[in-house]
Amino acid sequence: MTRIIVVTSGKGGVGKTTTSAAIAMGFAQKGHKTAVIDFDVGLRNLDLIMGCERRVVYDIVNVIFGEATLNQALIRDKHCEQLYILPASQTRDKDALSQEGVGQILEELAAKDFEYVVCDSPAGIEKGAHLAMYFADDAFVVTNPEVASVRDSDRMLGILSSKSRRAEQGLEPIKEYLLLTRYSPERVRIGEMLSVADVQDILSLHLLGVIPESKSVLTASNSGMPVILDEKSDAGQAYADIVARYLGEDIPHRFIEEKKGIFGKFFGSK
Amino acid sequence: MSLLDYFKITKANSTATIAKERLQILVAHERSFKNQPSYLPQLQKELLQVIQKYVNVEQDAISVNFEQDEHQETLEVNIVLPEKSR
Repeated sequence: MTRIIVVTSGKGGVGKTTTSAAIAMGFAQKGHKTAVIDFDVGLRNLDLIMGCERRVVYDIVNVIFGEATLNQALIRDKHCEQLYILPASQTRDKDALSQEGVGQILEELAAKDFEYVVCDSPAGIEKGAHLAMYFADDAFVVTNPEVASVRDSDRMLGILSSKSRRAEQGLEPIKEYLLLTRYSPERVRIGEMLSVADVQDILSLHLLGVIPESKSVLTASNSGMPVILDEKSDAGQAYADIVARYLGEDIPHRFIEEKKGIFGKFFGSK
Repeated sequence: MSLLDYFKITKANSTATIAKERLQILVAHERSFKNQPSYLPQLQKELLQVIQKYVNVEQDAISVNFEQDEHQETLEVNIVLPEKSR
């Protein structure tokens, strides 16, 4: 069975592509055959984050128009042989994607025994974003603890529950998970940032994990390595937790509380 | 700033608290529109066309509201007729 996951948010710049790259790599590292698809036609970036930008020959639009086969367009990841990347087109019009074309690609991936297909949604609520979520079984809603992002996530939840294939066909609804990114426990403590509990109060979503604000996200993207491969980094560990949790492991949440300083280590109560 | 001031800020007046209150109001408001049937704007337009065949009303003379609670859905159509011309 293939599980289709959309990574979505509505708002741009909250960490969709970072998350897509990290979790796809996480599934593949655990031995699951995984494909990650960039739906941002015209503004593709997943290839850069995955470090395969120089190996892109064909893209999703070529496959939909029959100009290349799916096998020709899929790029095998250089770190993990269970992971494949399907890039977006950089030159085509964003309306080049079609529901029928995307549906066929997903069916073909299922026939090739892919276990997970991660759909990296573009920002906004237009065609690319719509098609990225339309066929999904699960939605990872990436949210920053910030008013605009929370509002857009709520809007996205409405769209997931009304405009998806599962909604239209009256099937079991898409399972929605919250990924709170760029979290800073220090700023939450001094009242400068919405807390995990605040965001959950508003969105009423199941929390899959919190990714702390981390320098490692930028350094990972600099070198084209999904941040989950940086096993020493907090963000890398947070994504590894999320992957394991999604796959059913019972892992306590981390990165919600502040790291204990030297005094905390000596005098900490817990 | 005393220690007491510090605690005051983190509780009631912090910007995070303001953000949460603003979001709760906004999200509740926007969700109330979410469940509206998608045909409402078209319905409003067509109703207006029919009424205009008989009465000379303005574009904004008609309002269509959809409300929903646990037990029932209410579609309220309000048409303001012009005052009789003399």
